[in-house]
Amino acid sequence: MKRSNLLTEWLPPLVVIVAVFAIWEAGVALLRVPEFILPGPTAVWVALVKWREAIWFNASQTLYTTLVGFAMALVGGMGLGLAIGYSTLVYRALYPLLVAFNSVPKAAIVPVLVIWFGIGTIPAILTAFLISFFPIVVNVATGLATLEPELQDVLRSLGASKRVIFLKVGIPRSLPYFFASLKVSVTLAFVGAVISETVAANKGIGYLMIAASSRFEVPLVFAGLIVVAAMGVALFAFFAVIEHRLTSWAYRGPALTV
Amino acid sequence: MTNLTVEETFVRLDNVTLDYQHEGQVVRAVEDVSLTVRRGEFVVVAGPSGCGKTTLLKVLAGLVVPGRGSASVGNVQVRGPQKNVGMAFQNPILLPWRKVMDNVLLPMEVVTPHKERFRRHRAEYVAQAQELLASVGLSGFDDRHPWQISGGQQQRASLCRALIHNPEILLLDEPFGALDAFTREELWQVLQDLWMQRRFTVLLVTHDLREAVFLADTVYVMSTRPGRIVSRTVVDVPRPRTLEDTFSAQFTETYHEIRRQIGEVLGR
Repeated sequence: MKRSNLLTEWLPPLVVIVAVFAIWEAGVALLRVPEFILPGPTAVWVALVKWREAIWFNASQTLYTTLVGFAMALVGGMGLGLAIGYSTLVYRALYPLLVAFNSVPKAAIVPVLVIWFGIGTIPAILTAFLISFFPIVVNVATGLATLEPELQDVLRSLGASKRVIFLKVGIPRSLPYFFASLKVSVTLAFVGAVISETVAANKGIGYLMIAASSRFEVPLVFAGLIVVAAMGVALFAFFAVIEHRLTSWAYRGPALTV
Repeated sequence: MTNLTVEETFVRLDNVTLDYQHEGQVVRAVEDVSLTVRRGEFVVVAGPSGCGKTTLLKVLAGLVVPGRGSASVGNVQVRGPQKNVGMAFQNPILLPWRKVMDNVLLPMEVVTPHKERFRRHRAEYVAQAQELLASVGLSGFDDRHPWQISGGQQQRASLCRALIHNPEILLLDEPFGALDAFTREELWQVLQDLWMQRRFTVLLVTHDLREAVFLADTVYVMSTRPGRIVSRTVVDVPRPRTLEDTFSAQFTETYHEIRRQIGEVLGR
């Protein structure tokens, strides 16, 4: 049982990843692509090891800004999502503005944030927050909006107030939606932090990549990209596990996605 | 047939008419419906689908307000949701994140005076719920989640949830409609047993006439939309009724009589 799990779950992605690296390495070697255009995986690995201290320092900065921004989005998104789901008036009043706000490319906001807060940590945190906020709001509000009317009738026929229905049914019912949004949202927060760092920062993995590319240290740029991707996967996986643990009742069949 | 000597009217609908809006059009769900139910009586409202049977239950539960006419329970006019009412629907609609026990106990967390004592006297309520679950044949399932039990078992749990706070009135909206024939007939008996022990007042709507005759003291037949009461039939088959009784002459006679009334309603 355990062994077959290992085979069916972990082997296919592992094979694909190894194959991609192998094709990449072979392609670069066969076509003699110069290292400053596209370094092979081994060159990237060498850069990764050589610059490990700088990478570690900058990656932890990015992780910090991502998580602070994400925590803000989590609290704000849950709150606003519940408010929108609870009250039709709040929904009507705020929804168009929220959609409009979400349509603005966040990269365009970074310069404004820099004017307000200067170069550094705060714009990165705020960009992470702004970009990851919306999916949480929409998901929580959707969870509340899709409440079955019969479920409400059961409680209303007992004389339950709107507040009680909200607490007993609304919030638990919206939790799977909330947790589903977290894994998407946290990767977005990460993207936001990196974007902000590439535009205006003096540390962080985005800053590291920009600095490396201006010096034609292309293997280091790719090392940065790999680290970014790995951190994104790690954050996604972390919240996917939390989601599964806390709302297992919503995942009773064989899962289509994780 | 019931051991009640006082013919006391407990639930009463007086000339209830109710319209609702559907895609900009006014649809009349029920028209000029009057009926009375004695305390402890088992009343079945039978009729073709879409005749506004559900609407009647919602009026009684205080979930919708009739446009004309009025509903009263125990001589008090229904103006809003009632707390002495238990409801169960065709779908069991249990809360999937709660185990069977916690689903059954849900009304206790909501209804006064239970909700104030619920936390401190939880054990007492759990014992009550266990007794109720046992009486519907669900002993040992209280620790399961709803999706881990069958449809029939879910419906049993749903019945328990409707009854846990000892409501005076039980409103059932085609509660056995989605079950297979064997489970359905078994649950008729479960419901009859519960009712004979506890003597709550029942209003059940269904389109299954065997179910109507098996369970009812009185069957009201409703017309197609807009729903009106077209006849009232007293079922005299002695209780407790068994599945064997459904083949008796008296049962089939009553069944055919009601079937004929429905046939007239449908114009066939």
